Amino acid sequence: MIEERFDAIVVGAGMAGNAAALTLAQRGLKVLQLERGEYSGSKNVQGAILYADMLEKLIPDFREDAPLERHLVEQRFWMMDDRSHTGLHYRSDDFNEEKPNRYTIIRAQFDKWFSQKVREAGATVLCETTVTELAQDAYGKVIGVRTDRADGEIHADVVVLAEGVNGLLGTRAHLRERPKPDKVALAVKEMHFLPRETIEARFNLKGDEGVVIEAAGTISRGMTGMGFIYANKECISLGIGCLVADFQRTGETPYGLLDRFKRHPSVAPLIDGSEVKEYAAHLIPEGGFKAIPQLYGEGWVVVGDAAQLNNAIHREGSNLAMTSGRIAAEAIFQVKSRKDPMTAENLSLYKSMLDQSFVIKDLKKYKDMPALMHTQSQSFFLTYPELVSRAMQNFLRVDGTPKVEKEKTTFKSFVKARSWSGLFGDAFRLARAWR
Amino acid sequence: MSIEPSVRVEDKLFYNRYLVDAGRAHIKVRPHTKPSPELLSMLKACPARCYELNDKGQVEITVDGCIECGTCRVICEGSGDIEWSYPRGGYGVLFKFG
Repeated sequence: MIEERFDAIVVGAGMAGNAAALTLAQRGLKVLQLERGEYSGSKNVQGAILYADMLEKLIPDFREDAPLERHLVEQRFWMMDDRSHTGLHYRSDDFNEEKPNRYTIIRAQFDKWFSQKVREAGATVLCETTVTELAQDAYGKVIGVRTDRADGEIHADVVVLAEGVNGLLGTRAHLRERPKPDKVALAVKEMHFLPRETIEARFNLKGDEGVVIEAAGTISRGMTGMGFIYANKECISLGIGCLVADFQRTGETPYGLLDRFKRHPSVAPLIDGSEVKEYAAHLIPEGGFKAIPQLYGEGWVVVGDAAQLNNAIHREGSNLAMTSGRIAAEAIFQVKSRKDPMTAENLSLYKSMLDQSFVIKDLKKYKDMPALMHTQSQSFFLTYPELVSRAMQNFLRVDGTPKVEKEKTTFKSFVKARSWSGLFGDAFRLARAWR
Repeated sequence: MSIEPSVRVEDKLFYNRYLVDAGRAHIKVRPHTKPSPELLSMLKACPARCYELNDKGQVEITVDGCIECGTCRVICEGSGDIEWSYPRGGYGVLFKFG
């Protein structure tokens, strides 16, 4: 057993864990951070987009040395059927600002940098160490962790569980349930390398400008899911994810889905001739507000993906992770400053602070969206994309058919596919879940 | 009609780096005679195709190519079909990019 005692142990060195460890160390607490990978980032998978505002709150001058890829000047939403996409693109020169708002990053590189900041702030970071279980006293209070190292048990006043979406410790200690197949998506991703100039030409970019494409439609074969294409400096992150329950139900393979997405006529030219250098898979929390577990207890708090804090509608996760990590650390610091014990009652401060932040407010706003998307997946991911594609083609193809007849055909196709009550019902349900 | 080219997951896994912890599989399938529907679904759902059917109709796992996503834990741990742990510190998949 390691005799040394810590104020706090942080399990995991992803966005949430690094934010928590950094904040605790900056406040002068004695922090131990444990990470199972060979370095922070070597087990972490994300698209990935970095949100500057949330990182600025931790490291104001991060732009000076953080490994950033491209700042985003354009977002494309694609509604896809098998041969087409209908796009909504937003590009603005306003995003070419002195302090850009969003960047693409490569997690293995970014997290390594982030971890260095955690060390510089004074935390002890121990990698290649898997935490196997939480150490609890006779009353169930968490008093530390056990690891796979020979000198196993380490004690602390509080344990911050930043163990990721597939965190085992909290479940093993009965602090929260295992994520259910209909509350997590499985995403698979490839890294496609191309010369910088080729990427810039294909995506209409100059310098460090970047673009993100989010795609939904028949690419997910009727499952609830989305594809994504992110332009980095010299590579393209390309992936697709669908609910685990949908994979289970349909028997679709994740790699089959990915390869069909890559062969789509709208996608294939973007990655033509690229060299693939990695294939990764990761779970994404999709349950939203209603899937958030108990966030604190006797001697512990849970942050980031482990707490299912992910905004599936806006595709935001890392910022919720960073913010929940920071807020948990600030709450712990306040309890510690008052010389109070790390009881559930005192740590409930974390939840009340989080409730006041954008994290819980945003998730609450969309609390009914996951259920709607999951139960209506056939309509939203198959029927409507096909209808929209046909409507667009009908609108654009010039073949001598009078426009009045063309419009009639389009209206009829919508009503035939979903019926009037279905169309109004879908619109109503969507509006209600969105508001 | 276009013919879908078959996808070889093995080729995809070849891009990745691994440090295999020989003799210490971090996922174990419970011995069974007839696999449950949950376990059978892993033949398709596992993104690294670690699960395969043997000639007796039982589901087996080879964890060497596992990318540690946790999909099989979400589907199969609850029914007791598998035991799921993370690899020992430093072992398993080593992402270069993530």
